[in-house]
Formats: sequence, C-alpha cells, structure tokens
Amino acid sequence: MSDDIILRVENLRKHFIVGRKGLIKREPVTVKAVDGVSFNVRRGETFGIVGESGSGKSTIAYITMGMYLPTSGTITFNGRDLFGQGDRRPLDLRKEVQIVFQDPGSSLNPRRTIRQILELPLSIHQPEKDRLTEIIRLLELVDLPPEFMHKYPRQLSGGERQIVAIARALATNPSLVILDEPTSALDVSVQGKVLNLLIRLQRELNLTYMFITHDLSVMRNLASRVAIMYLGRVAEVAEAVHFFESPQHPYTQMLLSSIPVLTEAEEALRPAQIRSTGEIPSPVDLPSGCSFHTRCPQVMDHCRHIDPLMVPIDVTGSDHIVRCHLFEQANGQVSS
Amino acid sequence: MAEIAVSPAPDLTDVDELARIQRQNRRENLGRMWFKFSRNPLSVIGLLMVIAIILLAIFAEFVTPFPDHVRPFTDFVNAKKPPGGEYLLGTDQFGRDILSRIVFGFRFSLLMAVVVLTLVVPVGVTLGMVAGYFQGTIIDTIIMRITDIFLSVPPLILALAIASVLTPNLTNSMIAVSLMWWPWYARLVYGLSSALRTEYFVSSAETIGARTPHILFREILPNMISPIFTKMSLDVGWVIIIGSMLSFLGLGVQEPQPGLGTMVAKGSDYLPTGQWWMAIFPALAIVVVVLGFNLLGDGLRDLFSAEEV
Repeated sequence: MSDDIILRVENLRKHFIVGRKGLIKREPVTVKAVDGVSFNVRRGETFGIVGESGSGKSTIAYITMGMYLPTSGTITFNGRDLFGQGDRRPLDLRKEVQIVFQDPGSSLNPRRTIRQILELPLSIHQPEKDRLTEIIRLLELVDLPPEFMHKYPRQLSGGERQIVAIARALATNPSLVILDEPTSALDVSVQGKVLNLLIRLQRELNLTYMFITHDLSVMRNLASRVAIMYLGRVAEVAEAVHFFESPQHPYTQMLLSSIPVLTEAEEALRPAQIRSTGEIPSPVDLPSGCSFHTRCPQVMDHCRHIDPLMVPIDVTGSDHIVRCHLFEQANGQVSS
Repeated sequence: MAEIAVSPAPDLTDVDELARIQRQNRRENLGRMWFKFSRNPLSVIGLLMVIAIILLAIFAEFVTPFPDHVRPFTDFVNAKKPPGGEYLLGTDQFGRDILSRIVFGFRFSLLMAVVVLTLVVPVGVTLGMVAGYFQGTIIDTIIMRITDIFLSVPPLILALAIASVLTPNLTNSMIAVSLMWWPWYARLVYGLSSALRTEYFVSSAETIGARTPHILFREILPNMISPIFTKMSLDVGWVIIIGSMLSFLGLGVQEPQPGLGTMVAKGSDYLPTGQWWMAIFPALAIVVVVLGFNLLGDGLRDLFSAEEV
C-alpha cells in the first residue's frame, strides 16, 4: 500500500516572517502560510488541491519544488527526503519533480527563444542526448510545430506559451508534475485544449499530477482525489466523486454550494444552499481553535478553543478524511 | 488556374537553415525598431549629429585644415585672428586654428566617454546584478553599502581629489570619472535585478538546477539590456561634460593637446579683450556633442520603453 505513494507530505509548516513587533524583544510577526499539512499523493493519480487565495496551496507547490525551505515537517518523494540536504537538492531529485507555473507570461524568459528555453533542462539533465532532436520531439509531444523553436514567447499566444511551459516541465522526464493553476490565466476557449493535453500526456507518460486550482469545475473534471485547504490547513481530503457528491466539512459544503450552475442535473448534485458568511481571516492573526469557526454555520462552543484533528470517516466508504469536531469520535482519531 | 507558390518547409535539422532563419528574424526586428525610432525627428537629428561627430573624430587628420595645430606649434603672425577667411572659426593666442583643434577635441571627448563607460558598465552592472539577485543576504549588504559610500561623496569633489592626487592628465581624469560613475550603474541594475529574480522564469531555471552564472548572465542580464543601453547613451553626454569640466579646471587633457574644456579655459582669458571666438566655439562644440548624445539617448529610451509594452 505504501509503495504506491509517490509524495508524502507530513505535518508541513511554512511560516513567513513579515516583520517584527515590540521595541526590545523584537518578536517576529509571521504569516502561517502553511500550518501543519499532511497528505499523500499516489503514483499515477491527479491529486487536486483547492482553496481560496491565500490558503497556502501555491506555497505547498513552491516548497515541494524547493523554492522555499519548510519551517518544519517533511516531504518525501519515493521515500527520499526532499530536504535531506537543505536547499541543495541533488539533480536526480530535481529531475523527478517539475512545475508548470500559473502565469505563462512570466514563466518564459521574454529574451530567450523557445529553443533556448527548452535547451536549458536538456543540457542540465540529459547532456548526452542530441538537443535539437529532443526539442523537436518535445514540441511534437505537445502538438506544437517544430518551427516554434525559433520564436520568442511574445510571438506566441497565452495558451501556446503555457504549452511550451508544459513541454519544458516534461524535458527532464519527470514523474511528478506540479500544476500551479495552469489554466487560470488563459481564455476559457484555450483552457479546454490545455486540460485535454494534460490528460493525454498523463496517460502517455504515466505522470502523477499535483493539480492546484481554485476552479472547482476544472477540479471536478481532472482530479482523482481532492484536498481542500483553508488558511494553511487541509480541511478535507476525499476522492473527487465523494468530494463533490457528499462533502462533509462545513467549509467544503459552503464552497460547493456557491458554484454557479446551469442545468437541473447540476443543481441536483449541489448541496443545499449555504450562505457564505464573513471574510477569510488574516493568516497573520489566525483564529484560535478551528480556524474556520468564524464563518462556520455549525460552529460549536469548543470549536473556538480546540483545534480539530484529521479524522477518517466512512460515510462514503474509503479514504475520506475530515478535520472537523462534528466528526470526531473518541476512538477514531488519527493524524494523517 | 493560378499556381499557389508553396515555400518548402524549412529543414530544421540543417544548421545553415537555422542560422538563416535567425538572421532573418534579427533583420526584421532591426527594421521594426528603426521604423519606430525614425518616427521622432529629434532622435534622428541626434543620431545624425552623433554619427557626424564620430566620423569627424575618427578622420580628424584628413578633414581638418590644419592637423599640425594640435601639436606644439606657434604662428604669431596669424594669432588671434577672428573667424572667417582661411581660419573658419578663428585662431587662438598661438595662431592655431580653432576649428582643427575642436575636431581633435571631439576625439578626446569621445575617447573619454568610451573608456569610462567600458570600465564602468561591466563593473557596475555585474556588482548590481549580483547584489540584486542575492537581495537580503550578506553579499547584497556588502556590495550595496560600498556603493552607498561612493555615492555619498560629492562626485565632482571625488573626481577633483583623485585627479589632483594623481598627475593631472587624461588617463587619470578617466580613472577619476570612472570611480565616481560605477555606483550609478550598480544602483540601476540592483533595482532591476532584484525585481527580475522573483519572476517565474528565474524560479524555473533555479528549480531545474541551472547554475548561478547561467541565471545571472543568461536569464536576468538580457532582460536589463534596454535600460542599461539607454542609460549608457544618455551618460555619454554627461561623461563628456564632467571630462570637460575637469580639463577646464586643468585636471584633464593637457596643452598642447586640444581638450574642449581646456580650450574654453584658456580662451576665457581673452573674453575681456574681445577675442570671444577662442572660448565660445569650443563651448558650443561641447553643447553640440552633449545635445547629440542626449537626443539619441532620449530616442533610444522611447524606443525601448515602447518595446516593453
């Protein structure tokens, strides 16, 4: 069971110091961008992470890529600690985990041709191969004509740029690709094309995706399992079907009921309308107890003081974990 | 029936073909840039002035009527001749042709600007780029505090101090100007580089495992070329002014070599006695050089800032 887990995230925390307060003691003021997150990504699946802006989902991606060091907690990839050597991650680990950023306008260097952009990962990770042939193969893999290699990013459309960014991520032959809102900067008409390409590539290359988005309809179409984040913590993890059909956490219910729907069929799937109240609190000054208690329609007294644990529930069968006092039983407490 | 001409698909594995496509792209880019640049008549005038001055300076021996007059030379018969006739801009107190000396003076001014900028730009850009990329670390602190120290000394005083401690000549005035000039490049590039380092394409290169020199010189530097280039073209004029100032004060080009500043200084002795051409024409020459480079620089700045959009 454990050997089909490709990425194991355990109790991950990332606190950014944003300033200091106090004249003498100078205590750091921190933003708890990620505050105790655990989840597993299984080989070959599309693990979705949803959440509002500021919920810490991109931070998880950047930590996994090694752009930030975690404050505490561990991430293991195929059993190897990603931070075993600080931020000097060995090349063979870098090769395995790649990322596609949200904004294709900024993720491709405007002064370099597509050929130069694709050459960089090849020259670092596969110096023995013929680069030109490899570039042509990569472009064909993502359905772009080979003459694109002579273009500069500004000569491409947003969708084409994002496809080049995907090709670059694939250049090292990774097994895990992190997709950080890969379609949110694109026109709706192009989104579908990019998503279909991602699905095809996953099938052809046996990729595992960690898919980060705030677009629930995209998530519904792509993800096999979904984790929902709120203020740097995971509120609920479930298989996509169960996540959308029988959400358990009050926050998930609130979020899903706010999706605009078009058809009666969709309306039937939607949970009863729950009015979303209040604003997401500041991550600098987290509420005590359960961080959702300020907006939760089912708030109980002890929610304000005690932080709930992740508990597995069997309402929907396998693998449904919820962090909420409503589901805590004296015997069922685990922390995964 | 009309034939439809289909150009054969380029053979992308052919190196020559690749080079040809790249050359063609570059030509098209240059054409587009020239079109934009030429929309502003002032920029074109600036460019023509600069080209004219550079050509005059290079071929000074052949275009000036009296190339001997820049070497030790006296001709008291023709001293202090007013403009006109054989001496178009008049002669100085030793009978030397002012026009010839001005054209050779361009040579020293341009030499000053070229040497100073080739010394200053690589140093300032590299230091600023490294400091900006390592923003917040000890490397940043060391480099930028040294820069601040240089910036906190009044520039002309620093140049004067250096030029007067060392023997006053052209080389030392170049060293003096270079020492006061590099911090401005470090500052400009520091800001650009610290902004660029948070761009996703830099993060991407880092996470792929690219080495720091690649990130600095291949990813970050090409994105700063336009502002650096613009500053350089505007700075040529300023360096020439500072150089002329130093030679006016006797710390730059030495007689009998014709520095524009030196000529203004010597000529100004004769202003009260009515020989105005000895000071005014070299001064106007400085104005023309600086104006030409500033117009060109403004044109380039507009061109590059339009390109960014």
